[in-house]
Amino acid sequence: MFNQLVGYLREADPLIQMSAVAIVFTLIGIVAALTYYRKWGWLWREWITTVDHKKIGIMYLICALLMLFRGGVDALLMRTQLAFPGMNFLDAQHYNEIFTTHGTIMILFVAMPLLFAMMNIVVPLQIGARDVAFPFLNAVSFWLFFFGALLFNLSFVLGGSPDAGWVSYPPLAELSHSPGPGINYYVLSLQISGIGSIATGINFIVTILKMRAPGMTLMRMPLFTWSVLASCIVIIFAFPAFTVALALLGLDRIAGTHFFTMQHGGNPMMYVNLFWIWGHPEVYIAILPVYGIFSEVVSTFSRKTIFGYKSMVISLMLISVIGYFVWVHHFFTMGAGPGVNSFFSVASMAVGIPTGVKVFNWLFTMFRGRIRLTLPMLWTLAFIPCFAIGGATGVMLAAAPGDYQFHNSYVVIAHFHQTLIGGAVFGLLAGMYYWWPKMFGFKLNETLGKWAFWFFNIGFYVCFMPQYALGLMGMTRRVYTYPAETGWGTLNFVSTIGAYLMGIGFLFIVVQVLYSIRYGERDTTGDPWDGRTLEWSLPSPVPHYNFAQIPTVHGRDAWWEMKQQRKEDSLFSTKELKPIHMPNNSALPFFMGLAFFVAGFGLVFNQFMIATVGLIGVVVCMLWRSLEKDTGHWISVDEIKQMEAS
Amino acid sequence: MAEVTGSPISNQQSFEHGMEEEEKHILGFWIFLASDLVLFACLFATYLVLRTHTDGGPTEAQLFDIPMFTLETFILLTSSFTCGLAVREMRNGHFGRLMGWLAVTVLLGLAFVGIEVNEFITYSLEGATMQRSAFLSGFFTLVGTHGLHVSLGIVWMISVGIQLIRDRIQPTTARKLFNAGLYWHFLDVVWVMIFTVVYLMGVMK
Ligand code: HEM
Ligand SMILES: [Cu+2]
Repeated sequence: MFNQLVGYLREADPLIQMSAVAIVFTLIGIVAALTYYRKWGWLWREWITTVDHKKIGIMYLICALLMLFRGGVDALLMRTQLAFPGMNFLDAQHYNEIFTTHGTIMILFVAMPLLFAMMNIVVPLQIGARDVAFPFLNAVSFWLFFFGALLFNLSFVLGGSPDAGWVSYPPLAELSHSPGPGINYYVLSLQISGIGSIATGINFIVTILKMRAPGMTLMRMPLFTWSVLASCIVIIFAFPAFTVALALLGLDRIAGTHFFTMQHGGNPMMYVNLFWIWGHPEVYIAILPVYGIFSEVVSTFSRKTIFGYKSMVISLMLISVIGYFVWVHHFFTMGAGPGVNSFFSVASMAVGIPTGVKVFNWLFTMFRGRIRLTLPMLWTLAFIPCFAIGGATGVMLAAAPGDYQFHNSYVVIAHFHQTLIGGAVFGLLAGMYYWWPKMFGFKLNETLGKWAFWFFNIGFYVCFMPQYALGLMGMTRRVYTYPAETGWGTLNFVSTIGAYLMGIGFLFIVVQVLYSIRYGERDTTGDPWDGRTLEWSLPSPVPHYNFAQIPTVHGRDAWWEMKQQRKEDSLFSTKELKPIHMPNNSALPFFMGLAFFVAGFGLVFNQFMIATVGLIGVVVCMLWRSLEKDTGHWISVDEIKQMEAS
Repeated sequence: MAEVTGSPISNQQSFEHGMEEEEKHILGFWIFLASDLVLFACLFATYLVLRTHTDGGPTEAQLFDIPMFTLETFILLTSSFTCGLAVREMRNGHFGRLMGWLAVTVLLGLAFVGIEVNEFITYSLEGATMQRSAFLSGFFTLVGTHGLHVSLGIVWMISVGIQLIRDRIQPTTARKLFNAGLYWHFLDVVWVMIFTVVYLMGVMK
C-alpha cells in the first residue's frame, strides 16, 4: 500500500503534488498554532468531546463551508477547462475526477452538513427542549460525517480520486473498468457518513415527537421544525437503499461478487434503481428544510403570521411522500417501457403542485406585510424566480419524451444547478444569516453580505442560463473539451465568467465573516430580528442548557404573541429555578469515527489487517458505551443564576 | 426531580425523568427498525432480481437442504419464544429465571449462527461461492446480512446480561432488555421472510 501511494504521488499531476505539499504545510501550521497558543485542551474539551447540539451544529457549519470551498474550486477548474474550445488545462482523466468529486462533495458534504447544522442549532431551541433526544448519538453522527468527508478528500492526494461520476454507475465503477482505489474511496466514505445520516434522522424524529415543550401541539410547531421532521422521515426510508447500493458495489469490488458486473449474471440496472431510490429523495431531503427556513424568514421579515399554515404542513408531507416515488425519471431512456415511464412522468410532475402551494403561501404572506430587506430576506426573494425557472425546466425533463431529447445534455446540468443552488444553497445561506446571531452573538455585516449576494446571483444567471442553450445546441455533460467547429465557444466562455463571479461572491462571504467577527454588531437582546419563535426568547449565544426553565406554549408563533401581549414572563409557569440535568461530554464518538475511518482506509487498499483493527475498534467502542454508567451531571441553581445574570 | 432541591447535586435521577428517557429510547429503536426493514427490503429485491442468474452454476434447488433450513427456522423461532419468556420474567421481577431464559436464548442464537456458518462452508466447498454467480452473490449477502444481525444481537444480549448482573432490574436495564428483545423478534420476522422467499420458493421449483 505504501509503495502504491508513493508511486502515485511521484507520477501525479503537478497540481496534485502541489496540493499534497500544501496540505502537509497547512497541517504543520495548524499543529504549531494550536501548540503555541496552548489550545489543545480547549479544542478537546470544548469541541471534540462535546455533546452539545449547538456546538455540533457549528462544527457541521464550518465543515460544510470548507467543503463548499473545495467543491467550488473544483467547479472553477472545470469551468476554466471549458472556457475555450480545445483547451488542455486539464486532461480527460483529471476532468473526470474533478466532476466526480465536485458533484459528490456538493451534495453529500455541503448540502447535507449545512442542513444538519441548521437542524442541530435550531430545532431544540424552537421546540423548547434542553437538548436532542440522544446527544451522544448526535456526536457520533457528526464524527462519522467528519471522518467520511476526510476519507473522501484524502483520495485526492493518496491514490487517486473516484472518476465515475457522482452516481458511479457500474460497470464503469466496477473493478473491470476502474481498477484503482478511487471508487473504493467513494463507496467507503459515503457509507461511513451515510450511517451517520440515518442516525441523525432517527435522533431528530424522536426529538421532535417526544421533546416539545408543554403546550406545543404538533399543529403549533414552527414550520422549520415541521420541515425537518418531513426531511428526517425521508432520510429513514431513503438512506438504507443507498447503504445497500454502496455495500453491493463495494462487495463487487472488494470481495469479487457479481451483483452489477457484466459477467456471471450481474445486473447493472439493479444498482441504478437502488441508487436513485435514495438519490431522488435525497434532493427532497436537502430541499424540504429549506422550505421551512423560507417560511420562518418570510413571516419574520414581513411581520406577519405565515399564510396557510395547515396547507404548508400538508404540502410538506405530500412532497416527502410523492418525492419518494419518482426515481425512475432519472433513467427514462434506459428501456423501462412506456407504461412505467408514464407513471413516473406523472408522479414527477405531481410534486410541482404542493410546491406551488408553498410558493403562493409565501407570496401571500409577504403581501401587505411590512417587509424588511435583510440578508435572509434577500436570499429568500432571490430563491423564488430561480426556483420557478428551475421548476419549469424540471417539468420539461419530467415529461418522458422530452427527456429523450435533453438526457445527459447541458440542459440537465443547468436545471439541477438551478434547483440545487437556487433552492438548497440559497436557502441554507438564508438560514445561516438568520440564525447567525443566535449561534455566535453577533450579526454579519449587511453591506459585505449584499456584495456577496449580488455577485453570487448575477454570476449564477450568467453561468447557468447559457447552459440551457448549450444543451439545446447538443453539448453533452461530462465532456472535457470540444472542437471550435461546434460553435459552443462563446456561450461556454460566458458561462465561465459567471462561475468566477460566483467565486467572488463566495470570497465576499468569507471576508464578511472575518470582518464581522471583529466589527460585527453585537446582539445583546437575543432577539435581533424581532423574531416569532421560541429560540428568540433566549440570550445569544444560548447557554448550554438552553432554557433555564422549560417554557409553556399557548399558540403558534409563541414568542411573538407573548411580546404582543407584553407577557414575556408567561413563558414560564413559576419563577423558581430547579437544577438541570445535562449529559456528560464523551471522547467515544470521536474514537468511534476514527475507528470507522481506519476500517474504511484499510478496505480502500484491500489491507484487511488494518480494516479488521478498525472494525474491532468500532465494536469495542460500542461495547464500552453500552457498559458505561454515564448518568450525566446536574447544574445547580446557583450556577444557572450566575449564567442567566451574565 | 422534586427531591433534588437546592445545591446538592446527586446522580440519582427521578423515576419520572427516567421513564421519559426510556420512552424516547424505545421510540427511537422502533424507527431504527423501520429503516433496517427498508435495508432488508432492498436486499430481498436484489435477490429476487438475481435468483435466476445462475450463469450455469448451482441453482437453489440443487443447494438447499430441507432438513437443515427447517432446523434453523425451528431454532430461531424457539429462541424468539424464550426471549419473550425472559422479558416476561423481568416484568414479574424474577431475576434468576430472567437470566436463565436469556442464557437459553443466547445459546439458541449461537446454534443458529453455527448451522448457518456450516451451511456457508459446505456450499463453498462444493464450489458454490459468492463469486460464482450473481444468484449466489445475492444469496450469501441476503442470508449473511441476517446472520450478521443475529450475531450482533447475541453480542448485545450478552452485554445486557452483564449489565443485568451488575445493576439488576431497573429502568435502564429493563429498557435495554426490552429493545434487545424487540430486535430479536424483528430478526425472527425477517428470517420467516427469508425462509419463505429464499428457501421454500427455492426448493419448490
Ligand atoms: C458554485 C457554482 C457551481 C459551478 C460553477 C458548478 C459547475 C459544474 C460543472 C462545470 C459541472 C460538470 C458538468 C460536466 O462536465 O458534466 C458540474 C457538475 C455537477 N454539479 Fe456543479 N457547480 C456549482 C455548484 C454546485 C452545487 C452547489 C451543487 C450541489 C449542491 C452542484 C452539484 C453538481 C452535481 C451533482 C454535478 C454532476 C457531477 C457528475 O456529473 O457526476 N454543483 N457543476
Ligand atoms: Cu429525481
